[in-house]
Amino acid sequence: MGQHVARHWRETPERYRLEAGKCKKCGSIQFPGRLVCPDCGAREFETIRLSGKGELATYTIIRVAPMGFADMAPYAVGIVKLDEGIHVMGQVTDCNPEELKIGDRVTTQFRRINEEGKTGMIVYGYKFVPDLGL
Amino acid sequence: MTREVAVIGIGMTKWGELWEKSLRDIAVEAALKCLDDAGVDKVDAITIGCMSSGLFNAQEHLAGVIPDYLGQHFVPAIRVESACASGGLAVKTAYMEVASGLADSALAIGVEKMTDVDGGEATFALASAADQDNEAFHGVSFPGLYAMMAHAHMHQYGTTLEQLAQVSVKNHYNGSMNPHAQFPYKVTLEQVMNSTKVADPMRILHCSPITDGSAAVLLVPVEVAKKMKKPYAVIIGIGHASDTIALCQRKSLCQLPAVETAGQRALKMAGKTIRDIDFAEVHDCFTIAEIMVMEALGVVEPGQGGPATMKGLTALDGDFPINPSGGLKSKGHPVGATGVAQIVESVSQLRGEAGQRQIKNARTALTQNMGGSGASSIVHILEAR
Repeated sequence: MGQHVARHWRETPERYRLEAGKCKKCGSIQFPGRLVCPDCGAREFETIRLSGKGELATYTIIRVAPMGFADMAPYAVGIVKLDEGIHVMGQVTDCNPEELKIGDRVTTQFRRINEEGKTGMIVYGYKFVPDLGL
Repeated sequence: MTREVAVIGIGMTKWGELWEKSLRDIAVEAALKCLDDAGVDKVDAITIGCMSSGLFNAQEHLAGVIPDYLGQHFVPAIRVESACASGGLAVKTAYMEVASGLADSALAIGVEKMTDVDGGEATFALASAADQDNEAFHGVSFPGLYAMMAHAHMHQYGTTLEQLAQVSVKNHYNGSMNPHAQFPYKVTLEQVMNSTKVADPMRILHCSPITDGSAAVLLVPVEVAKKMKKPYAVIIGIGHASDTIALCQRKSLCQLPAVETAGQRALKMAGKTIRDIDFAEVHDCFTIAEIMVMEALGVVEPGQGGPATMKGLTALDGDFPINPSGGLKSKGHPVGATGVAQIVESVSQLRGEAGQRQIKNARTALTQNMGGSGASSIVHILEAR
């Protein structure tokens, strides 16, 4: 289903640059940023950029995909525990999904997420790529 | 301050892919069965649980549609939404109407008509119960979210695919005796474990289906129920809680804190412990969900859900039967109707009217309904009178 351009545009800081909010009171990191810290209730944050590096906490292989993703299936989606200690969800790409396992090291790359129909906008964001230690 | 509230009427129709019937048809059919069961023809208030008639049927404003087609003109109606927990929320809202004294009777209807769109659109509509900006954006499906919980649970506790599959085998066995069930037949462990993959490790027979269906219950003050000379059940506990919308922001990927909190609140209100409960209807949208819910409710310790299921703890003749109706897996999961149907099954059991799947000496029941990947949950406790 097509979504208005502004809906994607306003998410650009976290999707393109992994910008997160670090609570000025308790130091907890929120990704994406929020107005209220869920840990201490404070309302002031400093903008930081996440490393994008971490390890796979869990994953799945999507074989029956939602609308807009059918042509990519099967594809892997995972939750990654970043080195900063927070968990982030995204697709895991450039790998054989069958060989993934919990604990695998990954890095984050800027990728195309999908297209909104034949003439719609191309939507970008981050995906995880297994770290081959190269 | 508040009045005790009883369920005096229940109604449910055969669930399935009901292409010949509309959303309003199925809601009215269930509501009429409920009113006939109670012997009532007029109500003071109506509450409607429906997740997404906008995306499934392009029809909002059910608070107008349903009373109109039910012939309850000028009756006030409230439609509530909490994703797959919308039905449970409709029952809670009806309870609030009656307990507060605002209404002397409140009809709670749960309904979802999901086959007016194709499978891809239905998957999209269901995914709107997840975090649209941070989960659905990445192409994760609902089976995918629960699949990630399953992998985490297997990694942390050693839960096996066989244990998960046994949930489906058990619930289909129970559902084979439920004339309202969408898939009233038994499945074997081998069939579940070899069925088509949807989102690893969840296969199709680990997943609740897409269903058209409705269910309704009528709530009145206990004082009124007593005069109606019919068996009734009293709602003695309600617990309701929320949690992070995104799965990845939970402290643990294999626990359901909203379910745990809702369960504790309901038990506290009822003055009961989980050991006082005779059976439960829980939200087995996926096999892993039933395992995690029984752990969250304290039926077993965390990590013990799988082994306990294999040992038969939750079977119809076990010490703690779960989902005698067949659960979401076999009975079907018209999302907004599920929470109401759990109350229908519970009252049916408490009245001793559940036929072949009747649990002996059932006096106290617990129902647990859940939204999304666990961002909301509602627990009701009912007692036979």
